[in-house]
Amino acid sequence: MKFIDEYRDPAAAGRWLAAIRGLVTRPWTLMEVCGGQTHAILKYGIDELLPREVTLLHGPGCPVCVTPLEKIDRAVELASRSDVIFCSFGDMLRVPGTDRDLLSVKASGGDVRIVYSPLDAVRIATENPDKQVVFFAVGFETTAPGNAMAVYQAKRAGLGNFSVLVSHVLVPPALEAILGSPSCRVQGFLAAGHVCAVMGYSEYIPIAARYKVPIVVTGFEPIDLLHGVFLCLKQLEEGRAEVENQYARVVSELGNRPAQALVREVFGVVTRAWRGIGEIPGSGLGLNEAFAGFDAERRFDLSAVGPRPEPAECIAGQVLQGLRKPHECQAFGTRCTPEHPLGATMVSSEGACAAYYQHRRVVGGQEGSR
Amino acid sequence: MSQANDLSPACPTPIARYPQVLLAHGGGGRLMHQLLERVFLSAFSNPWLDTGHDAAVIDAGGARIAFTTDSYVVHPLFFPGGSIGTLAVNGTVNDLAMAGARPLGLSAGFIVEEGLPIETLERVVASMQGAAREAGVSVVTGDTKVVDRGKGDGVFINTAGIGLVEHPCRIAPASVRPGDAVILSGDVGRHGMAIMAVREGLQFESAIESDCAPLTAPALDLVSSGVDVHCLRDITRGGLASALNEIAGGARVGMTVDERQVPVREDVRGACEILGFDPMYVANEGRFVAFVPTAEAARAVEVLRGHPVSEDARVIGRVTSEPAGLVFLRTVLGATRVLDMLSGEQLPRIC
Repeated sequence: MKFIDEYRDPAAAGRWLAAIRGLVTRPWTLMEVCGGQTHAILKYGIDELLPREVTLLHGPGCPVCVTPLEKIDRAVELASRSDVIFCSFGDMLRVPGTDRDLLSVKASGGDVRIVYSPLDAVRIATENPDKQVVFFAVGFETTAPGNAMAVYQAKRAGLGNFSVLVSHVLVPPALEAILGSPSCRVQGFLAAGHVCAVMGYSEYIPIAARYKVPIVVTGFEPIDLLHGVFLCLKQLEEGRAEVENQYARVVSELGNRPAQALVREVFGVVTRAWRGIGEIPGSGLGLNEAFAGFDAERRFDLSAVGPRPEPAECIAGQVLQGLRKPHECQAFGTRCTPEHPLGATMVSSEGACAAYYQHRRVVGGQEGSR
Repeated sequence: MSQANDLSPACPTPIARYPQVLLAHGGGGRLMHQLLERVFLSAFSNPWLDTGHDAAVIDAGGARIAFTTDSYVVHPLFFPGGSIGTLAVNGTVNDLAMAGARPLGLSAGFIVEEGLPIETLERVVASMQGAAREAGVSVVTGDTKVVDRGKGDGVFINTAGIGLVEHPCRIAPASVRPGDAVILSGDVGRHGMAIMAVREGLQFESAIESDCAPLTAPALDLVSSGVDVHCLRDITRGGLASALNEIAGGARVGMTVDERQVPVREDVRGACEILGFDPMYVANEGRFVAFVPTAEAARAVEVLRGHPVSEDARVIGRVTSEPAGLVFLRTVLGATRVLDMLSGEQLPRIC
């Protein structure tokens, strides 16, 4: 398949691995930011193929994983109402709230629907004028334009029965939170290619300079990831700390300007809580005042659903910050599995714990070595 | 090297905590197996059921009779390459074929929703009869019930089948041995993506067609060829990965499969890329895996390639003694990872 096969070519992968082996003189710790990258690394076994000196930590870029418990509980509350059709991307349905997940709500008679596009939720609202349709607007900068477009179109169409439960988050503040932590082990980042396809990469330039850390915008195919690792290690070995763009076939420095303009029109920057990490100032998007009528948290009285404590045993927050690896958790694979996740990192296929469970559960002496 | 080394390789989760049945309990993954074990196997346990095979083989006065049943719920009722009717015939015929049995007769039970156009029902039944003719079997008994509008999805069909076992092989997961070759009969993922493409309105240059087909001819040819067939398994819900995990678990053996040897058609790969699915977990309705001694693998492949439905058969891996119950995948890049059973259904990812 064109544009796929050349980025999964074993011979090319072998050449990049040889180049990486020839480059590395000492141990380095990199973090891939995006959950999609984590998934690909484990799916193709890339971490196993890299030299021992290279440690990959798995970053916070899984929208399912970082959506706070309180938001999930609010989603469960809304989806349980008989007057609501609750629409969501598929992998939010298994994220555990305090008591239940959305799959359980569906089994109890709630009208919960999986959509591929937020615009499908707008269509459902048009077709069901006697119901309230709520879309769970989660994700990073990647999904923000689509979600903004849904709200924008609903407003233009005067849809009074459409609203969004917003839990949007932004990558750069999360990177700064990780880099600002005294226990930070990350020496270089593979930035999330699809986030940068929307936003460009100019906002990473001051971060690379301030924290003296290389940031390589990287794609999601095996060759992209190996190339990204190579560029990042090359900078580290040469003592540079710059922003580089491995994913130039998709990402430009300034990104997708019309998409950014739409996001700015609909959303504004707000402080957001990240599941397992806590509040990060300026790290999220919320609806602007002009679109506040489409905010499900204003339309419905959800005041009974407040912040909840996380299961004490779950170390998802430390995993998301790269402080610990999934299998270093006492509950991993025993009390916490994809069927019964304690934390969201075990839920989504992009979650680091789920990726470890699915691809690396057993351990022929390899597990834990990086 | 920390906690991970202490883990038990088998899933240690005792019983599903969900107090209700979820749709995911029907997805062919680990949740479904938990439900089967907790509710059905514990209640019905007997030597035939406990073999965990696609069909039970019962001694009947000297003859060995294979017996199986399956229910069919699919939306849409008609899709490129088949219909609920062709599935209802081939699914049950294939479960018999996986016991190496020649089908003798099928039963068909219809649960019809009030309001279904008679013309639709006629088309379903005509497609069933066509599939039965192709598979060389007759529908010899049946039943019909009608339920209130809203209490069925058009029509649900149950079929049961009996077949005659005329070969000496003991075909069952427990017969699989370390050193066996794993043979796959053809490309994977077609049926599931044909259904998804219709449901999601995906348009390709040509429609992806379901692989729905009877497997009787290649299966019977294989068991009568002299090859010592240890196990056959059609790969349906949950895909290739789930079928291999079921066998590895049932036989208490390990397996290593080479990803490069598993064929996936271009259009199926494309649809999987778009929807974020892994073809290893996508449903099939006309594919199976065979476990035979490695020394007989070339002969088995040759026999299977003599049939159009399995003309692309090939060895995709080997059975190992350790670690019991686990399937490993050698990736296209040459790394090795666990090929796990899915938890429930594949859910579309966010981005």
